[in-house]
Amino acid sequence: MRRRPPIVELRDATVVYPGGHVALERVSFGIDRGDFVFVVGPTGCGKSTLIRTLIGEVTPASGEVLIAGQDIDRLPKRRIPYLRRRIGTVFQDFKLLPNRTVYDNVAYTLKVTGAGRGEVRRKVPEILRLVGLQGKVHNYPDQLSGGEQQRVSIARAFVNHPPLLLADEPTGNLDPETSIGIMQLLYRINRTGTTVLVVTHDREMVDKMRRRVLALDEGRLVRDQAGATYHEESTSEFGVRVRAEMGVGEGHTNGEPAATTPPGA
Amino acid sequence: MGRIFFFIAEALRALRRSSAPSLAAIVTIVMTTLLLGVFIPVIKASSTTTENVQEQLSLRVFMFADATKKQTKAAQRKIDKIPHVESTKYVSKKEGLETLRKDIGQGPIGEGITQLQGQNPLPLSIVVHPDNANNLRSIQHDITPPGPNGKPKAISPGIESVSSGQGAADAIRTVTNAVKVVLSVIAVLLLIASLLLVANTIRLSIYARRRDVEVMRLVGATNWFIRWPFVIEGLLVGVTGAAIAVGMLWVGKVTIIDPLADNFLLIDKFSTVGFVPLVAVLLGASVLVSALGSGITLRRFLRV
Repeated sequence: MRRRPPIVELRDATVVYPGGHVALERVSFGIDRGDFVFVVGPTGCGKSTLIRTLIGEVTPASGEVLIAGQDIDRLPKRRIPYLRRRIGTVFQDFKLLPNRTVYDNVAYTLKVTGAGRGEVRRKVPEILRLVGLQGKVHNYPDQLSGGEQQRVSIARAFVNHPPLLLADEPTGNLDPETSIGIMQLLYRINRTGTTVLVVTHDREMVDKMRRRVLALDEGRLVRDQAGATYHEESTSEFGVRVRAEMGVGEGHTNGEPAATTPPGA
Repeated sequence: MGRIFFFIAEALRALRRSSAPSLAAIVTIVMTTLLLGVFIPVIKASSTTTENVQEQLSLRVFMFADATKKQTKAAQRKIDKIPHVESTKYVSKKEGLETLRKDIGQGPIGEGITQLQGQNPLPLSIVVHPDNANNLRSIQHDITPPGPNGKPKAISPGIESVSSGQGAADAIRTVTNAVKVVLSVIAVLLLIASLLLVANTIRLSIYARRRDVEVMRLVGATNWFIRWPFVIEGLLVGVTGAAIAVGMLWVGKVTIIDPLADNFLLIDKFSTVGFVPLVAVLLGASVLVSALGSGITLRRFLRV
């Protein structure tokens, strides 16, 4: 079988914002198709810049960013929208359109990417069933709970079944119980073959799910570890104590089994 | 096809939501189109008036103050023989004064004429009508041909000067030109105002729909797909305004101009612009202005 290029690959990518702030500094990693990856790190470490780089909103000053083997810096500007159609994005603040119903919010994505009426009628109810909102189709976003709004946003990101889904703090505004539901949904999406990259502060979630973790600090990639926890176990006394307290750790994979985690870098 | 409906639906949705600025832009475009629709025929008609004035032009040959009636009549006979002269008319001192008084009318100068008390400083004169206004100059040249020393020398010794009335035509032309300039400046200012108001409408619309735009960009809508609803919104504003103005112009034409044209044949003499080309020009201009207004704003405020 011919080996396909990683869905996401950064080679020494450096992103500098106007004004000289270095948001990402020589970051290199690759993510294989079907992976589920967490990106963690303190505020301002470059996590959101990473997402913005992957969707072609900011271009690296040096180094390469490849999506499915395609260097997005070499992509003509007018091709960027077509790149974004193959990447779903989910944000902490949902970015739903307040004056459109759940159905219209999802249908909007299909319409603005040129889908026909029949395609919209077929795909929207299907995806809303998948995220568990079939009963709220005609509600407006402000009639929904935060968790439900995030489900709409995930439905919108996934309605075209993109090979890559980026989630920027998807549970940042949600309570732990709701967050679990959202994470389960993201995991279900991951199992359909879509690569999922989740930027998060939710330590508990990362620790429970035991997936590959990329840790950023001040724009540098400081850790890339498979089946890992939020903090590096060997050095973080805090992490050890918290895990001991919560009863998670080796042998306590409350989330998904760590064995399915693909090998990291 | 589905796309076009989507664009128009989005544009109408935006217009409904920001009706106040849209209305302001539409009203300005109505005003602009209406005034342009009046100005263009007026400017055209005033040009025709100048031509008419030139057609009525005649030469006036003034005699020296001490020239006798006999001398003047002799001069008149000579002028009659000049080619292109259609007719001549002998004007006595009394007739000259009366014409002058009629032309000047009331006012301080009119009072002054009354105060002359029987004295009449006007010389005898001859009015010369050409067969065509274009021959005025050649007739004038023939009345005062250049003498041996190059200076104009009159064909009759009693003639002091020839007034071609060219001055009057020039004055009329100056006035109509000034009117044209003023009207053009007003028209241009109104066009700029329309442009800015359309631009402002689109700018507010972009602001009101910045979330929609953000989402469209995120999910991969192409740049033109994002822009089209805004362009159509601007065009709708422009065409609506122009359509209202054209409707008003049409009503004005039917109720005011047409009955006048039936009653007074003289209106036919004004070769103004036809209604259909005028409407075409107005609609074209409004579409151009609104497209330009939207385009400029999209370029500045819609980074896609």
